[in-house]
Amino acid sequence: MSTTVLVRRPLLGRLRGGFLAHGRLFQVCLVLLVAFVVVALFAPWLAPQDPTVGDFADTMAGPGAAHLLGTDQGGHDTFSALLVGTRTSLLGPLCVVAFSSAAGIGVGLFSGWRGGWVDAVIGRVLDILFAFPSLLLAILAVALFGKGLGGPVLAMAIAYMPYTARLVRGLTAQERTRPYVSAYLVQGHAPVFVAVRRLLPNLGPTVLAQSTVNFGYALLDLAALSFLGLGVQPPTPDWGAMINQAQAAVLQGQPLSAVVPAVAVVLVVVAFNVVGEQLGDRLARRDAR
Amino acid sequence: MSVAVALFRKLLGMAVTLLVTSFLVFSSLYLAPGDPVSFLVKGRSPSPAELVAVRKEFGFDQPFPARYWHWLDAVLHGDFGRSYLFHESVGAVIWARLPASLLLVGVSTVLIAVVGIGAGAFSALRHGTRTDKSVLLLVTVGAAVPSFAAAVVLRSVFGVRLGWFPTIGNGTGLLDELHHVALPAVALSVTFMALVTRVTRASMLDELGREHVEVALSRGAPRGSVLRRHVFRNALGPILTVSGLLVSGMLVSTAIVETAFGMSGIGSLLVQCVDELDFQVVQALVLLVVAVFVVVNTLVDLVHPLIDPRIAAGGGAR
Repeated sequence: MSTTVLVRRPLLGRLRGGFLAHGRLFQVCLVLLVAFVVVALFAPWLAPQDPTVGDFADTMAGPGAAHLLGTDQGGHDTFSALLVGTRTSLLGPLCVVAFSSAAGIGVGLFSGWRGGWVDAVIGRVLDILFAFPSLLLAILAVALFGKGLGGPVLAMAIAYMPYTARLVRGLTAQERTRPYVSAYLVQGHAPVFVAVRRLLPNLGPTVLAQSTVNFGYALLDLAALSFLGLGVQPPTPDWGAMINQAQAAVLQGQPLSAVVPAVAVVLVVVAFNVVGEQLGDRLARRDAR
Repeated sequence: MSVAVALFRKLLGMAVTLLVTSFLVFSSLYLAPGDPVSFLVKGRSPSPAELVAVRKEFGFDQPFPARYWHWLDAVLHGDFGRSYLFHESVGAVIWARLPASLLLVGVSTVLIAVVGIGAGAFSALRHGTRTDKSVLLLVTVGAAVPSFAAAVVLRSVFGVRLGWFPTIGNGTGLLDELHHVALPAVALSVTFMALVTRVTRASMLDELGREHVEVALSRGAPRGSVLRRHVFRNALGPILTVSGLLVSGMLVSTAIVETAFGMSGIGSLLVQCVDELDFQVVQALVLLVVAVFVVVNTLVDLVHPLIDPRIAAGGGAR
């Protein structure tokens, strides 16, 4: 019985099996993720043009020397927007995952450590939170707090918290019965100290694997929100917003400025999924040994 | 006797969950920055008389629990308040757009069920072959394609380039509506098809490897009837369990797909009302989606033992 079974959001499925099980793909995805992070960090210096400034003399241009991936109907350089858009597209999910993991670890550790009726009540509350789809909660947050990333990121942190919380709760309940925990307690260490400083570090890798998978889903949700025109607002470049703005160009037979960011979203999501799942699998194999 | 008790407990649990979620959705109004009255009329310039009317309608002169009770009572009677945007009752606004979305979700459900279960069963029966591997590859790709990306590509290829399908609107008359809904339904289904295919394949493989199946086959029972009665029927369980997630996921995704294809339905209504600050409609739609999730999950809980009697008998199969 392995102790590390990720709580999966089944909507997207697990990207593994067959040719995906090999280590090569894992490495390719890891390199891809590092590349995206590097692009996000240095985007303003890498982008050949300012993606917020439109060249109205050259709208909906095809790929060429002046515009590597063409322009959209506002004359914005698609390649530059893609590079700079990496920033908002990765920063949003990063905040979601950071907040939801921190809250989920806290709730899960407390619930799993205490057990009993506290655990049961927290379990019911988490069940109710599962009834709110993350994108729906994000849309509700926009209705309450206005457009932008702040409200939705907070709302999605709440929507993703139960996944981490349930994982940590299960692991904590299992780990609590291990001899090393009772040994620390018998020696008179404070339960809080044992739970946080001695038990929690053992869960670290598993939580990291779960957070990696969550990152891909959060990116998808936030891109969808920006696509709906409710998330990142133009002229700030963002992949979802780019696809939204390229709608008119698509209807006129120039889909490139929409397809490019869509491919970027799919690539990053696949990469995060593969890396997260394989991390989880490696942990499961380590535990099984 | 125990069946009645179990039924009662499940229904009670559903009622409690619905009550808590309704409270959460109701009180979300008070999370909005500033005074709730000015939030509700934000973006408009109401006359003093209108402000008084809003105050009275929401019962802001009463304490919070009384306000919630008043609201819940109205909602249970089908009264979700009035939409400022459409000058109609929220119920009527949603009701008018529901059929289009139900058609979209209905067509998608058929697609997902036929393709997902079909491909899953097909590849499980051909486990390890090249067919199985290509299905797995398709699942991997499909699962990573968000509905807005699928919508853009489908619209661009089949709508604009080939001109086979209309790129915007709902259409009139059933045939025209189906013609309009075809691309959106495919865009909506891609992710969920991949999910159902994977779940079906895994659960079929699980059942195929069981002893009673091998025994039945080795005793010479007809393969078709063994597959139908022992493999497929038992494999339905995991597919049923994800159906609550499927339905609520599809309802939320209608927002993306309907917006992408310029269709009128509850999804595009949600986006429009968030955009134009019609909070009453947003609140009602959020409540609707969450309620559908809770009810479908309870139904699945109730139907599951009928398909798999081991659950009712032992409290858990296996």
